[in-house]
Amino acid sequence: MAASCWPASGFYREKKRNCSARTAIFDGGMMKNKEGEVANRPDNTAFTQQRLPAWQPMLSAGIVIPGFLVIGLVFIGIGVALFLGSQSIQVLESDYTGLNSNTPCYECSDASKKNCTCSIEFTLTKQFDGPVFLYYGLSNFFQNHRKYGVSRDYYQLSGDTAYFKNPSDSCSPYIYDSGVPIVPCGAAANSMFNDSFRLYQLVGGTKKPVPLDGKGISWWTDYNIVFRNPPLVNGSLAAAFNGTAKPVNWAKPAYELDTSDPSNNGFMNEDFLVWMRRAALPDFRKLYRRITQGDYAAGLPVGNYSLEISYNYPVIGFGGRKKIVLSNVSWMGGKNMFLGVAYLVIGSLCIVMSLVMLIVYAKYKFPEGDS
Amino acid sequence: MARQAEETGAKGSDAKKQKKKKSKKESKTRTVRANILYDRAKGEENPNRHYASNKIKTTKYTLLSFLPKNLFEQFHRFANVYFVFIALLNFVPVVNAFQPELALAPVVFILSVTAIKDLWEDYRRHRSDKEINHMDCLVYNRNERRYMEKYWKEVRVGDFIRLRCNEILPADVLLLSSSDPDGLCHIETATLDGETNLKQRQVVRSFIDLDCEFDPSKYNSVIECEKPNNDLNRFRGYIIHRSGRRDGLYKVNLLLRGCTIRNTEEAVGIVIYAGHETKAMLNNNGPRYKRSRLERQMNVDVFWCVIILLVMCLFSATGHGLWMFQYGDKRPVFDVLSPEGTGLSPVLSAIYLFLTMIIVFQVLIPISLFVSIEIVKICQVYFIHQDVDLYDEETDSHLQCRALNITEDLGQMQYIFSDKTGTLTDNKMVFRRCTVAGVEYSHDANAKRLAMYQEVDSEEEECTSHGGTLPRRESVGSHQSSKVVLRSHSTKSHRRTGSRAEAKRASILSKHTAFSSPMEKDITPDPQLMDKVNEGATQMEFMRFHSQPLSQLPSDLSDIIDFFIALTICNTVVVSSPNQPRQKVRLKSPVKTIEDFIKRFTPSRLTSGSNSSSLSSLVTNRSSSNRGCSSILSSPSAESTLTKLNEERLQTGRGTSPGLLEHAFSPVPTTTLRYEAESPDEAALVYAARAYKCSLVGRLPDQVTMELPHLGKLSFELLHTIGFDSTRKRMSVVVRHPLTDQITVYTKGADSVVMDLIRPPTDDTKGKRQKKILYKTQHYLNLYAADGLRTLCIAKKVLSKEEYAGWLRRHLEAETAIHSREELLFESALRLETNLHLLGATGIEDRLQDGVPETIASLRKAGLQIWVLTGDKQETAINIAYACRLLEPEEELITLNAESQDACAMLLEETTTSSSTAPFLVHRLGLVIDGRTLAYALDKSLEDKFLAVARSCRSVLCCRSTPLQKSMVVKLVRNKLKVMTLAIGDGANDVSMIQVADVGVGISGQEGMQAVMASDFALPRFRYLQKLLLVHGHWCYSRLANMILYFFYKNAMFVALIFWYQFYCGFSGSPMIDQWYLIFFNLMFSAFPQLITGTLDKDVSAETLQELPQLYMSGQNSEEYKPYMFWMNMIDAFYQSLICFFIPYFAYADSDVDLFTWGTPITTLALFTILLHLGIETKTWVREHTLVILFFAVALGYNASCPTCYSPSNPYWTMQRLLGDPLFYLLCLVTPLAAVLPRYFYRACQGSLFPSPVQVGRQLDKLPPDTRRNLLSLNRMKVGSLSSLSGEPSDFYRNV
Repeated sequence: MAASCWPASGFYREKKRNCSARTAIFDGGMMKNKEGEVANRPDNTAFTQQRLPAWQPMLSAGIVIPGFLVIGLVFIGIGVALFLGSQSIQVLESDYTGLNSNTPCYECSDASKKNCTCSIEFTLTKQFDGPVFLYYGLSNFFQNHRKYGVSRDYYQLSGDTAYFKNPSDSCSPYIYDSGVPIVPCGAAANSMFNDSFRLYQLVGGTKKPVPLDGKGISWWTDYNIVFRNPPLVNGSLAAAFNGTAKPVNWAKPAYELDTSDPSNNGFMNEDFLVWMRRAALPDFRKLYRRITQGDYAAGLPVGNYSLEISYNYPVIGFGGRKKIVLSNVSWMGGKNMFLGVAYLVIGSLCIVMSLVMLIVYAKYKFPEGDS
Repeated sequence: MARQAEETGAKGSDAKKQKKKKSKKESKTRTVRANILYDRAKGEENPNRHYASNKIKTTKYTLLSFLPKNLFEQFHRFANVYFVFIALLNFVPVVNAFQPELALAPVVFILSVTAIKDLWEDYRRHRSDKEINHMDCLVYNRNERRYMEKYWKEVRVGDFIRLRCNEILPADVLLLSSSDPDGLCHIETATLDGETNLKQRQVVRSFIDLDCEFDPSKYNSVIECEKPNNDLNRFRGYIIHRSGRRDGLYKVNLLLRGCTIRNTEEAVGIVIYAGHETKAMLNNNGPRYKRSRLERQMNVDVFWCVIILLVMCLFSATGHGLWMFQYGDKRPVFDVLSPEGTGLSPVLSAIYLFLTMIIVFQVLIPISLFVSIEIVKICQVYFIHQDVDLYDEETDSHLQCRALNITEDLGQMQYIFSDKTGTLTDNKMVFRRCTVAGVEYSHDANAKRLAMYQEVDSEEEECTSHGGTLPRRESVGSHQSSKVVLRSHSTKSHRRTGSRAEAKRASILSKHTAFSSPMEKDITPDPQLMDKVNEGATQMEFMRFHSQPLSQLPSDLSDIIDFFIALTICNTVVVSSPNQPRQKVRLKSPVKTIEDFIKRFTPSRLTSGSNSSSLSSLVTNRSSSNRGCSSILSSPSAESTLTKLNEERLQTGRGTSPGLLEHAFSPVPTTTLRYEAESPDEAALVYAARAYKCSLVGRLPDQVTMELPHLGKLSFELLHTIGFDSTRKRMSVVVRHPLTDQITVYTKGADSVVMDLIRPPTDDTKGKRQKKILYKTQHYLNLYAADGLRTLCIAKKVLSKEEYAGWLRRHLEAETAIHSREELLFESALRLETNLHLLGATGIEDRLQDGVPETIASLRKAGLQIWVLTGDKQETAINIAYACRLLEPEEELITLNAESQDACAMLLEETTTSSSTAPFLVHRLGLVIDGRTLAYALDKSLEDKFLAVARSCRSVLCCRSTPLQKSMVVKLVRNKLKVMTLAIGDGANDVSMIQVADVGVGISGQEGMQAVMASDFALPRFRYLQKLLLVHGHWCYSRLANMILYFFYKNAMFVALIFWYQFYCGFSGSPMIDQWYLIFFNLMFSAFPQLITGTLDKDVSAETLQELPQLYMSGQNSEEYKPYMFWMNMIDAFYQSLICFFIPYFAYADSDVDLFTWGTPITTLALFTILLHLGIETKTWVREHTLVILFFAVALGYNASCPTCYSPSNPYWTMQRLLGDPLFYLLCLVTPLAAVLPRYFYRACQGSLFPSPVQVGRQLDKLPPDTRRNLLSLNRMKVGSLSSLSGEPSDFYRNV
């Protein structure tokens, strides 16, 4: 009986097990169970012992000074290239808000005037290389206002007729026009830019229209995926919009945006799509047309031109400006000197820094090292 | 006597009870009746039904309550409330900034991460609970009339439980019966306090001497005891028998849940406390939560972030108001009116906007920081746990982090307060030398043997590995003794280098026996002393044989014999053998009845002898009190008398039979006996005595049996054991000497107290001799202390019958006293321990742990102030301090020993002036102060002066300090000097100090688990402190500090981008960054890389950190995270955001870019910048860092595939178009570079021109190992300041 109490070894395992179970309570589970002699020995792996192979970047003079020099040189190279590339781009822009009485559109700037047209004339003394892009620009127009941005209904715009009857609340207060749901609803659509432009080359007293290409000015994904017209009813888009009202500010309903091209109506109107893509900054430009056809595919030849504007969009009320821009583009977009300059400046800064460090380093370290 | 105690106790508690009746009786006591009496009355009338069942549930939640309860708990954290507030704000249409559902995402994410963590922990608890609840035990079943197996959880208060050997107690059980003939039961309390020695528990007195087996069905007593409390060392109550008699119940009657029954075949008890009301469960507190210094600092900066946020919001709101105001009544087409079609007033819209901005800028308050810190800390704890260098093979234990959230504090320690015994030393006591009757026995052979332990490691290792099994202790002993001849190495060596084989064996053995590695057990006796012992014993044997009075023995020989008797019996060592439950070395069969007694002993023997009359009067005195009791009780004193008589009979028997005498010489199988001592000193002394053939063979509550050479076994009737306490600093046993029949007191204690209690020598020759002995002993004691040995004095006193009777009367009164029983017993002890006769003194060595001097040296190099607070005497402490290089020989020692407050003040004054006159000596001072002076110095009026002196010293040593003083010193330093303190200790006396310090470290050593339980970190050995602080502490601190700063930076940088944009969107709260990016920026895009860096970054390698402890100072001075750094980071963030905002702004000026095609590059650039910034701040790029890039690619892809739905932004195909745009790439190249240029320049300058020590360390890492080693050794030569260090390696660097 007595011997059963302390058998030399066998019982220990039993004791251990029980003890560990006990420890688990008294220690809040913090202690690990003890099974064998070295059960608690941690694994000797690179990870647990924190010996993972690592690369130590050393910010020492020997690396830093040449490094800075190389970066500086590369940047200056890029900067020069960008600068030159940007300089070859031609831009022609003209404000047509008509604030001053001597500007062509002064008369149209009166908001009470309807269907006013004015024209700006300009002369090209140098060939304007194609493809030429025609932009309209607005200043002080906050398309990036938070509430303005929310004020649209993507489901409606994707042609879901359920939202034709009950537009999303986000469109408020441009949801209903005297009880009839507005399609497209919301402030964004409501405020759509509705000036239109026509470009003529003045060839010996006659106006030769420059063909403006309105195809493909919007994002491909917007035109093909995001925005969809509602299914046609009896083959008619207008019927599909039955029971809806046009946005308050619009002169014509959505299905009549482009009378010249029936396929460019409704939500598939490219001008509409361009407008609905909100500009990032309060001074922005938006692509209006491209000049890619006929005699002007290679650009605008030297000569006199007239830009006819049907002036509809009021901006003076909120201190805005309107302008029209003709520009060609390079591989890196429109004319913008800034990036080239930035590269140049930062490149030079790097070189200056490396020189400064070299001088300080030489001054403080070399004498000691030599001695 | 005991009966008296009970009665008075019962009376006292009666009185108490009456008192309580007046107030609330129920609230103070608990009444337990046996359940079996109430089985039929299903619960209704069972008086125990209100008590907690034994089912434990440590889980916090149930399936149903989890969600509400967990959420409720999480909302106690202010940050969570804030985030929920913001998320809810989003549901208010006027102010909402994002899709409301989306805004909920981060807070839901964070809440759910925490919830999952909690759930997992809870599940683990649940599983362990279940396992424990379903353990089996035997419970008495009334119907079956036998014990039946039941689950633990079914045990109820009032159940009878039968326990077998090695079973774990399921509940707190009152011991009613034990298979042990003396009604004892042994338990191992390792799971409660970690003490591995066995503790004796006694059957309730009235049940001790039941003739037959205890029958639960006959039990019908009622137990009244105190309410459940968590004091493990206290239990009071009484049991009321049917006869109306009351018996006191004490701690010794209670078996605690969680303990293991040992050495006892069977025990039966009644459950008193069950389940959560058991003392073990009440003692179970979870891990502690402290707030680290870094976090406190961080919280200040979080507060600043809030201020910045509010300022930014206010600014935006004002801006928006003004913007609205400029339009006046004319509403522009892009201004969206309220749903009613009316415009808001500028003021109102400004107020709305303020709220909107809080939502938009919410990222500024680092939402994921708290979660990230928690994750990083868990990883850090994991790594510390996993460090194989902090694993101790001997004990198979590794470092435990008990506090999970102060890892980084380890890197900022400035002061270390260390206990000495068990912390710096092994607390493995080895008997080294002794002096008896003024003659010193140096035990040279033993010293040599001890030295051997250092040398024979390798051989032993082989021997163990070959043997496979545990080598016999004897064989090892001989193995070593053969070596002794060959080697004679310095005996002065205090430390032993790590010996794995020995350690391993020790650990195996320690499972059998506490405190008994072979080192302690195998003591080579001093031949001279051995001879004297033999001679003394032979003479005594001769005298006894010839019935001569023993007083004729020469006094030096009798002193020697007494000395060894004292060593052997003056302790509480329990004897057991490995093969039996407990070897009851009894020379008699239990005598149960008086008739039996008469039958076996002749009356003449009983009455013969000079002292028997007083003895019998004593006995009658006791039995008279017994008389009124029920017949089941017998007098313990009668039994002890029998022991004595029995002994005498045996002696006479032996006298007639020489064969028996022979037997005394035959080697008693002492090696199979195991000694279980409460303190290692005791064990060491008992083993020492055994080496002289004076071995303890058995201990019962009323009798100690020892074996002497020639004399054979002697049983001492143990009258009293007056235990050790830290005030008296001594213990005594009162025994009846079997040979002289005198009542003898043996006292063992600290020399300082015992020497004062020695009877002043008289003037005769004997007195002169005494004086000489005293003088010599004192001399040797000083020598021992100077050698760093722990000294103990052994003394004895012979009491005359009258003296004893007089003392006994008052002692019994004290024992039975209800009020201030402890004080009375203390006084009683003081009365007894006077006029002692000095026998001798012992010197016990407490060896230094491995690597202590090295650890202390390197910790000190790391700029840590190390104070040692010990209870040891001054000389011992100073010596150990020298041994562990806390004090250096060239240091000047200031010793403060003052007798009074004024003297202390003067001393301090003096020291201050002297140290100020010699300022260049300042760092070469060591301060030693003793407990009494410390008490004066800690007084309010002197504490500043004391601190001033202490600060000017390189090391401080406080001796003779009490636990309270220890904690007061720590508190003083911590509060007055505003420094980070670490306290390290191993014993219960260090607990208060550990709790007071910023970081408490417990050594899981010999003295139980109290220190570990109170600590934040538990180390197996002191030397691991070095790596824990220098490496892990440094890493944890620098990682976390960098991470926190980085979090502030990146959030500020990101938010600032949006802030700049407000100037271009009419302060309308419109972000150009897609709301998804904005919301998930913090959670995903930037957090992951940072988490990896936060857990894996190493600024300097572990090797270098340990070789150059100076690097630790960067943490002490908070160099990674100083308050100004927050603002530097903020400025940098604003600068970087300006770059990241305006470069794209100008680059895209005059283009037809739309909002998100413009915003996405900014996001991208910002992320690049942030990652580049991280790259600069990251010291090592682990392979895992490439994940960052991978993750970034995933982010881009996610963006690209986003469908047409996300209302305000609709980022469809944005990224694809961007990726086709060369401008985007050009931007990505130049912007991040421009943004991080200043910081990079600063870092580069710093790294190459003015490297900080840490950077130097990093450069050293890059060098090939050989060069590095050379440089480091070079550097070590120069006891150098950091400036010289930082100067040199740059040169090294250049040369390389």
